[in-house]
Amino acid sequence: MPRRMRGACSALLACLISLPASAATPEPAAWEQVLREARGQTVYFDAWAGDPQINSYIAWAAQQMQSLYGVEVTHVKLSDTAEGVSRVLAEKLAGNEREGTVDLLWVNGENFATMKGNGLLFGPWAEQLPNFALLDADRNPEMREDFTIAVEGYESPWTRSQLVFYYDSATVENPPRDMRELLQWTQSNRGQFTYPRPPVFLGSTFLKQALLELAVDSAPLYRPVEPEQFASITAPLWEFLDALHPQLLRAGRSFPGGGTELRRMMGDGEISLALSFSPAEANAGIMAGELPPTVRSYVPRGGSIGNVSFLAIPFNAQAKAGAMVLANFLLSVQAQAHAYDPQVMGSATVLSMAALSAAERALFEAIEPGPATLTPQALGNTLREPHPDWMDALERAWVERYGAR
Amino acid sequence: MALANAQPAKHALRLAPTLVLIVLIAPVALGLALTLLPAFGYLPVLGGERLTLTYFAQLFATPGLSHSVAVSLLAGLLTPLCALSLVLLFLAGTAGTRLERWMRRLVAPLLAIPHAAAAFGLAFLIAPSGLFMRLISPQLNGLDSPPDVLIVNDYWGLTMSAGLIIKEIPFLLLMALAALPQIEPDKRVAIARSLGYRPTRAWLMTVVPALYPLIRLPVYAVIAFASATVDVSLILGPNLPYTLSVMVLQWFNDPDLSYRFVAAAGALLQLGVTIAALLLWRLIEALGAGLGRRWVSRGERGAGEAVLRVSGQLGVGLAVLVSVGGVLALLINSFAGFWRFPDNLPGAWTMQTWSRALGEIAQPLANTLLIALVSTALAIVMVLAVLESEQRAGRRLSPSMLLLYLPLLVPQIAFLFGLIVATEFLRWAPDIKLVIFAHLIFVLPYTFLTLAEAYRRLDPRWSQLAATLGASPWRIFWRVRMPLLLAPCLTAAAVAIAVSVSQYLATQLIGAGRVPSLTTEAVALASGGSRGIIAVWALLQALIPMLGFALALFLPRLLWRNRRGMRGLH
Amino acid sequence: MKEHHLQLENIHIGLAGKQLLALSAEIRGGEVLTVMGPSGVGKSSLLAYLAGFLAPAFEASGLVRLDGEVINQLPAERRHVGLLFQDALLFPHLSVGGNLRFALPAGEQDKEARIEQALVAIGLAGFAERDPETLSGGQRSRVALQRLLLSQPRAVLLDEPFSRLDTHLRREVREFVFAGLKAAGLPAIMVTHDAEDAEAAGGRVIQL
Repeated sequence: MPRRMRGACSALLACLISLPASAATPEPAAWEQVLREARGQTVYFDAWAGDPQINSYIAWAAQQMQSLYGVEVTHVKLSDTAEGVSRVLAEKLAGNEREGTVDLLWVNGENFATMKGNGLLFGPWAEQLPNFALLDADRNPEMREDFTIAVEGYESPWTRSQLVFYYDSATVENPPRDMRELLQWTQSNRGQFTYPRPPVFLGSTFLKQALLELAVDSAPLYRPVEPEQFASITAPLWEFLDALHPQLLRAGRSFPGGGTELRRMMGDGEISLALSFSPAEANAGIMAGELPPTVRSYVPRGGSIGNVSFLAIPFNAQAKAGAMVLANFLLSVQAQAHAYDPQVMGSATVLSMAALSAAERALFEAIEPGPATLTPQALGNTLREPHPDWMDALERAWVERYGAR
Repeated sequence: MALANAQPAKHALRLAPTLVLIVLIAPVALGLALTLLPAFGYLPVLGGERLTLTYFAQLFATPGLSHSVAVSLLAGLLTPLCALSLVLLFLAGTAGTRLERWMRRLVAPLLAIPHAAAAFGLAFLIAPSGLFMRLISPQLNGLDSPPDVLIVNDYWGLTMSAGLIIKEIPFLLLMALAALPQIEPDKRVAIARSLGYRPTRAWLMTVVPALYPLIRLPVYAVIAFASATVDVSLILGPNLPYTLSVMVLQWFNDPDLSYRFVAAAGALLQLGVTIAALLLWRLIEALGAGLGRRWVSRGERGAGEAVLRVSGQLGVGLAVLVSVGGVLALLINSFAGFWRFPDNLPGAWTMQTWSRALGEIAQPLANTLLIALVSTALAIVMVLAVLESEQRAGRRLSPSMLLLYLPLLVPQIAFLFGLIVATEFLRWAPDIKLVIFAHLIFVLPYTFLTLAEAYRRLDPRWSQLAATLGASPWRIFWRVRMPLLLAPCLTAAAVAIAVSVSQYLATQLIGAGRVPSLTTEAVALASGGSRGIIAVWALLQALIPMLGFALALFLPRLLWRNRRGMRGLH
Repeated sequence: MKEHHLQLENIHIGLAGKQLLALSAEIRGGEVLTVMGPSGVGKSSLLAYLAGFLAPAFEASGLVRLDGEVINQLPAERRHVGLLFQDALLFPHLSVGGNLRFALPAGEQDKEARIEQALVAIGLAGFAERDPETLSGGQRSRVALQRLLLSQPRAVLLDEPFSRLDTHLRREVREFVFAGLKAAGLPAIMVTHDAEDAEAAGGRVIQL
């Protein structure tokens, strides 16, 4: 299987259309000029829109952008980030070098690696943003790598996520704290747990979490997959899953399509233990009346996989300056504190508390996290995302093993 | 006989079929080519410059592929088989009864519910934690948590097929009811009854052989849709493995862009599966015709009448009941607060989901209406131009016009990506005009499908008579044909509106997401939304088609309230 | 009133290389030529050919002259050849008056008066606003004939015009139709199965 990314694109189709020389691109170092250029622009922000809370937050940010910078922000609502990637790819294919329809795209990991590898991104620009300093990236290396791929200024951090488990404290007393306990727990609580079907992101993350816990040595997971070692490294994972699946809901004959379905199953009492990639999800579910108020979240004993969500600008974006201003605004203390509010999004901040002034820190401390939200302390140890190769390889191996009987 | 003609309008009309075909087929063909070239390894922007078959090898090595193909084929055959038999049995058993008249009225609102909305309704009804189980738990079965049984997403896609059957029954009923008056079923049945056959059997023996050829194309459309559905499959279909269409979609959406090649190969395979389903159906047709002839020639008169009559009524009745139950499940969920499982009804009711949705609805609603109305109007004008030109030429259109149905048969995913590239090449900005054009590609074939039979079967004596009274072809068109065909035209428009409203990929991909519609909002929110949000948006999506069908039903009644002869003409 | 006359010269109609009928005839104003024969000999094709809508699958030759003018190449609406079918075929979406108005030529003056006058002539005064469906069989036939006459035809074709009527109505309708045609001085060709029709028409009879 040709797994390696294809090289630089052929100019064959692009040559069919001759293009005028590219106009001057905005230089984020000269920020005042970027702000001037951005004023009056319309920024099309392509972002997954499956969460009403996130949609409301983006709507709030759009209002702020209009009043603060005179930039109009339109949320292009995607059901799958791949739609945005498809669009940019089609534009590249047709030689559209300057009139792209996507100005800012919420991407992560694999999509980022793909877009960067195929020359679909504009940059570098992110590290020159005025608010980049608030990340204290030198001490927080996760701000400079996306699934181990070096970001190199091609995308700007936005929110932080981490794998958490949640359970109904009314029926479960001692939820399992690691994978081995999980297996035992499911054996005595048959059908009370399941996980989304890979390659659904949350399901794949569960696989990576399990592998990080079960693998003899996690070091190879941070390098590209070496096919000859794949079987031996992943053997403990498959052994674990083989034992786990008969104990799952529907005995592992069908898996939910994602985190939302899992949340619904929890609300319906079909399961009593679930997982999420958002530490605020359980709390949001309680507030929305979808989960019983007795639900609580926790992180496995050894910590869990966490990552940072990023924003990227496609190579042919029309409103690059506006997109930078939006990315910078979303990194501001004001925007990050607003996102941290569980009534809004409950999203953990990417900002480094150490880099903030006392007054700025107070903004965060004043916010009361909900009963099911985990404080930054309770989130514990964040495990780094393995190399994106692993995600892909695990997904395909899982589908091969369990996806088609 | 050559008619003298000098007016330019006439020439334009004569060219109409060709023009419509070009407008419609050019983008599909271009899109298809640009999508399918990668199947053979050609996609320069990703470094594919040599033709190769490796991607087919990779495709066929996909685990579970054969099962995916099998499920797609099964759904593609089971759906038309069940839906068509039930529709025919129902019509046979209820011809001329109150039940039939009642069904005529019900058919439209059932048809108005978009496929995805109906699928969600079904899931909300029959899932282990669905409305049905909640209503009977714990009183009837003692359960206090949902049973751990696999109903939705089953391995063979039977729930998916059931969802499709429920949705296609009203479509085929509408098509059959529109075609029936032209073959005068009453006379046929009367003759057979005078020979001693009981009514249901008489109908099946004498009407079906004449009716089937008239609804053959709609049946083919059902096959094509069922074998390649993406949305219904995602909601109700199996996921270990997925159906082929969903696999293709996921390959197209794979972050690893090299999977575009496999996706293209998969799209081609999907096309092959759809064609295979159609060919198998031809076989079933031949088999059915043979068995039917044998049945008729045996001349049995008595036995089985009650079974035949009741099975159709039961089947269609159940389908209607489940559809209505699904809508009810959507309604309840749209107002539900937290709803613990064994409770028969939600513990709390809330307006929050509705009020939030209604606050965001203005722009998507306006876009949806504009796109649906303009694409429908264009489609109606184009279809009328083609049919009128056929009338005036006095002969059937060339078989090449069957290409008109290409967009119904080719899986959308197989040419939409290519279509984006094509519009990019042409430097057509992704705006509402382009989206309307993309919708037209799907709306037009359905409009043609719904209207053509009625148009062609209109008693030719009406226009001959008008001509001998001195009316010009245009006067005949406007003053005779249009009024007489108003009801079928409005029905076709309602179908067209429903088709337009339900378009997701054509709106989202072609519009670059900049033209939000009710459906794009619904799908985006459904990708992460709760049951309440899904329910609200599914109902909102059904709203416009519902209005369209209501108008199509009541406008002719209002206009012709003093014209008894206009009733029952269609 | 001007008398019209219709000439058929060497009319040949065939289908797929096989000749269906060959015919020459001259019909004067007020005269009815009756064409009889078993089904399938091309009676209907003859009428379709004369009226101007023979299906392209047929091969036809010969000249049709109406008042001396060759009308073969004219479209149906410009031939001034009227047609009466088995059924009255009143347009169901128009009122009785609307049906009559449809037949009036575009430039006609004072249409309302003409319509009312036509209705009075057939004993249906005040029926203009009625739904044609509410008329009796005989009334419908009368309206259909009046509609035909209002379109000012120069010749008339009758396609088994009375076959759908029951016996007593048949005689009555037959009488006023033939009387109407005679009064208008119109040459007519009638296709029928019924010997009584032929007899009542009083003209020549051609057996095919």
